[in-house]
Formats: sequence, C-alpha cells, structure tokens
Amino acid sequence: MARNKLVLIGLLSLTPIAIAMALMVGSVPISASQVIYSLFGDQVTPSTQIINELRLPRAIGAFTCGALLAIAGVLMQVLLRNPLADPYILGISGGAAVATLFAMLSGISGWLLTGSAFAGSLLSMFVVFGLAQARGSWSPTRLLLTGVVVAAGWGAVVSFILVIAPQRNLHSMLFWLMGDLAYVKTIWPGLVVLGLGLTLALFSSRRLNVLLHGHMQAIALGVDVKKLRLVIYLFASLMTATAVTIAGSIGFVGLIVPHLVRLTGVTDHRWLLPSSALLGGSLLVIADTFARVIIAPQQLPVGVIMAMIGVPLFLFLLHRSNQPL
Amino acid sequence: MNPLLSTESLKVSIANRKVCDDLSLSINNGECWGILGINGIGKTTLLHTLAGLRDPDKGDIFYQDTNIRSLGKIELAKKRGMLFQTKTDPFPATVLETVLIGRHPHIENWQWESEKDIKLARASLQQVDLTGMEDRYINSLSGGERQRVAIATILAQQPDMYLLDEPTNHLDVQHQIKLMQLFQNSKDRQDSALIMILHDLNLAARFCDHILMLFGNGKVLIGETTKLLTAENLNELYGHPIKILNDNSQAVFIPG
Repeated sequence: MARNKLVLIGLLSLTPIAIAMALMVGSVPISASQVIYSLFGDQVTPSTQIINELRLPRAIGAFTCGALLAIAGVLMQVLLRNPLADPYILGISGGAAVATLFAMLSGISGWLLTGSAFAGSLLSMFVVFGLAQARGSWSPTRLLLTGVVVAAGWGAVVSFILVIAPQRNLHSMLFWLMGDLAYVKTIWPGLVVLGLGLTLALFSSRRLNVLLHGHMQAIALGVDVKKLRLVIYLFASLMTATAVTIAGSIGFVGLIVPHLVRLTGVTDHRWLLPSSALLGGSLLVIADTFARVIIAPQQLPVGVIMAMIGVPLFLFLLHRSNQPL
Repeated sequence: MNPLLSTESLKVSIANRKVCDDLSLSINNGECWGILGINGIGKTTLLHTLAGLRDPDKGDIFYQDTNIRSLGKIELAKKRGMLFQTKTDPFPATVLETVLIGRHPHIENWQWESEKDIKLARASLQQVDLTGMEDRYINSLSGGERQRVAIATILAQQPDMYLLDEPTNHLDVQHQIKLMQLFQNSKDRQDSALIMILHDLNLAARFCDHILMLFGNGKVLIGETTKLLTAENLNELYGHPIKILNDNSQAVFIPG
C-alpha cells in the first residue's frame, strides 16, 4: 500500500517538472518566471506567443498521447493475458497508417488527414473484432491471432505505399509512421478521451485485478467476463485510435510503461492505471523536448527518441529488479 | 433446512461423451463429498457444471432451492466458491492482493477493501500457514505455496458451498491433512458443505462422508462412503485391482 502511494506521488511530481521543462527548453530559451507570466499574465509578448501557441499545446498533446497509450497498453495486456501486448498489437495503428498514407498520397491535408487516421483505426478495430468473433465466442488467443495477422496485412500495405510514393511525400510519411507531435492543433478531444478512458478503466480496475488470475477464476468470483472484455477492447482501441490520430504511431510507450510501473512493485490496477498514465505522459513530454532540441533547428520524430530513452531505462530497471518475471 | 446444493435429472456431456445422464443429488450443510474417477472421465466438467461455469445439457441445479439460472453472477459468487486445478499467472501480483480477490463479490463496485476484508484475508493466509508471505509475488512461490494461496483465496470468499478440484495437489503430507482438517472444521460448524475431486482414496475414506463415482458412459454411483468404497466398485472404477486393508477402525487402500 505504502509503495503504491509512494510511486503515485513520485509520478505526480514528475509530471509538472516534465511539462515545465518542455515549456522552457527550445530554440528560444524561456526562463521560469517568463513561463509563469505567459501562462497567467495578460500581456502579449513573443515569448507568451511561443508558450501559448506552440509549446503548451504540444506539451499537453504529448502528455495526452503518452497517457492514452500507457493506459491502452495496460488494458491490452490484461485483455490478451500477454506481457508482450501493446496498444498496436491488434492492428489499430496499422489501419490508421494505411488510411493516413493514402490521404497523404492523394494530397489531402489538415483536418481531413487527421480524420482519415481516426477512420482507419476504427475500421481496423471493427474488422479485427468482427473476424475474431465470427464463430460466436472469442478467446484472447483468437483475438490476438486475428489482430496480429491483420496488423501484418496493414504493414504490407504501408510498405507498398512507401515504395510507390513520390519522393516529396516520403519524409512526412516516415515522420508520421515514427510518431511526430509537430501537428498537434487542438488539445481538447484528446483530453476528453483521456478523462473518460481513465475514469472507465478505474471503474473496472478491481475487476481487472480479478481477471488477471484467469477468466474462469474471474467468472467464479462473479465478474461478467464477456462484458468486461468487450468494454476493455472498445476503450483500449478508442484510446489508441485517439493517440494515433494526434501524433501518428509512437511506438514503445504502450509496451514498456506498464512494465516499468509493475517493476516498481505496483501491480494493483487501481494504482497501476493512474501511475502508468502519469509515467507514459511525462516520458513522452520529455522525449518530445529532446526531439525538438537535440539537432535543432531540425526536429526528430518523438517515437525515435522515446525508444532511445525507454530502452536503457527499461533494461536498467529490469536488471536490478528482484521481481520474478 | 434445504440442501445447499442439489440437482434434478442432470445430464452433462463433453465432446459427445456422457459424464452423467440423470443425476439427482442433494448436498446438505455439514456434508463432505468426494468425486472419484479415472483421468478424462469428466470430473472437472461435472464440477464446473455444478459451479455454474458451463451449462448442463439437461436438468437443473439449485443452490438452497434457488435455480442457478435465476441467480445473478455476484449472488452465485457469494454462495459457492470454486478452487481450480490450474493457475496461470502471466503478470506479477502479491500474495495478499491475490487472496483479496476472494472478497470481490462482497464489495461494491466503487468501494475498496475494508479493514475487515484485509483482516479476513490475513486470517485466511494464517489458516494455510502463509503468514508473513503477504508481500511476496505469486510467481515466485513454489507449487505447494501457490496452491495454498488459492485455498486462502477461496477461504476469504466465505462461500457456503465449496467446490474443490484436486485441493491436495502439490501439497506435502502435512499440509494435505491440515487442509482437509481445516475444511472439516468449517463443515463441522454446520455453516458449509464441500464437494471435491480426489485421487487419494485414503483421504477420501478418512474425510468424505459421501462419494460420487463416475464410471463413464453416464454411469454414476452416489452414496455413503462406507457403502461405496468396496473392492468391487473400486476395481471397476479404476480398471485396476485395489486392496483394502483394515487397520483397526480405518480402512487403508493400496493399488494391487
């Protein structure tokens, strides 16, 4: 219990630090006092414009994406009872990628481009779900196999588009595929989905604790497993679709953040879910800050930096953990 | 008082093989039933059917005279507890957290476990000799310890009717006897009944007052232990001769 609280408090203090750093650091360094003035003052200066129109929406977009992916990762791992599961394993990001690349290929931009990413992920979600339960009942294994195969199919289509795409489109396509936060325009849809998703996940979290021990055990303890699985699938998919729509397919967050939190000893979902959301959000904000400044003025795709920070961090914690895995 | 668990002309089959055809039994408060039969004859299938985890082909199951079909999932989980034969733990969880899932049916959706629930979970752990192991991860336990955590979980659930699938699996002799005595004590208090799958005839003879034998093809024998555990029945049941030695008052069963 004490450990759960400690981890959550630690992560609650990491989040504002990460966001403050994201606001201060950049091609134009802005001091802490200027940041506070920009956020709460009413005068318009160049630095208030940089903060309010560029850095703040981008930092919040990054946080939202990271948190959405981390929660979706926890949910997918419980749903599929597989530690290797991540939000993209069932092909949500593949569907979004195919739709987005097609849109880019046909010269669509702006809101329609964003819309096609969301439409693509929803399409993939319904295809996988429809195929997985075509014979009435669906087991985690059937869902996993269906999803992985559909995802592989999307992957092939993505490669195909990349091969035939004209040179001038390739750069933005690759950035989208690796995940990039440069196009965050509005923060509200993401925040609303995050709020709803986290609330619902927390509402189901004690049932998730039971489901972790197997679906028969969960049924024997009075959990409506069928309904719970359906709800988890729908919400994890919607949260993933939202994250992918905001920033493309940023890998790794959804896979490692739940494990990072588990490695600190937090295994009860009532603590694991909010802690993962905070860690996923903060890590992505930090990664995006690095992505903006490492070889400035050129920007790197945040997904690449995320993996560069995440891999050593994860290996370090795994190495010194005494938890049996 | 009504029987805790009863069935009426129950027909159960799995993969086109009949487990039972027309089974009517009633298990009363304070009774302990043993299910005997060879591997794959349908013992677990029958137990899962009785627990409401799968539907019978025909017939009805009643918990204290309420048809299982009209019981809600949570209501049912308060009446009967099920100990499973296999446990899979793909993710880490602590021993205490695992025992606390037994309290799930007793807690409202938004509520957390109360002090009372945690006390009860600790008491259950004490009953299976796992005091001090609360913060260990279940995937670091030995097979026998993991089995005892599962038993503590069902004890914390506090059902009236215990359905146990090979409860003595992985347990050393000391804990086998301790466990059976533990369940016997709770049924002697007349607040519960047990039905369990066993492979150890000596445990069955010592602790079960009723026996249910599954022969396959729908043939079932039910009755009092002393009447059913005969060399003839056991020979037919296992397809292997069983020798019965009488040591004063207690019969000892040895495969011939």
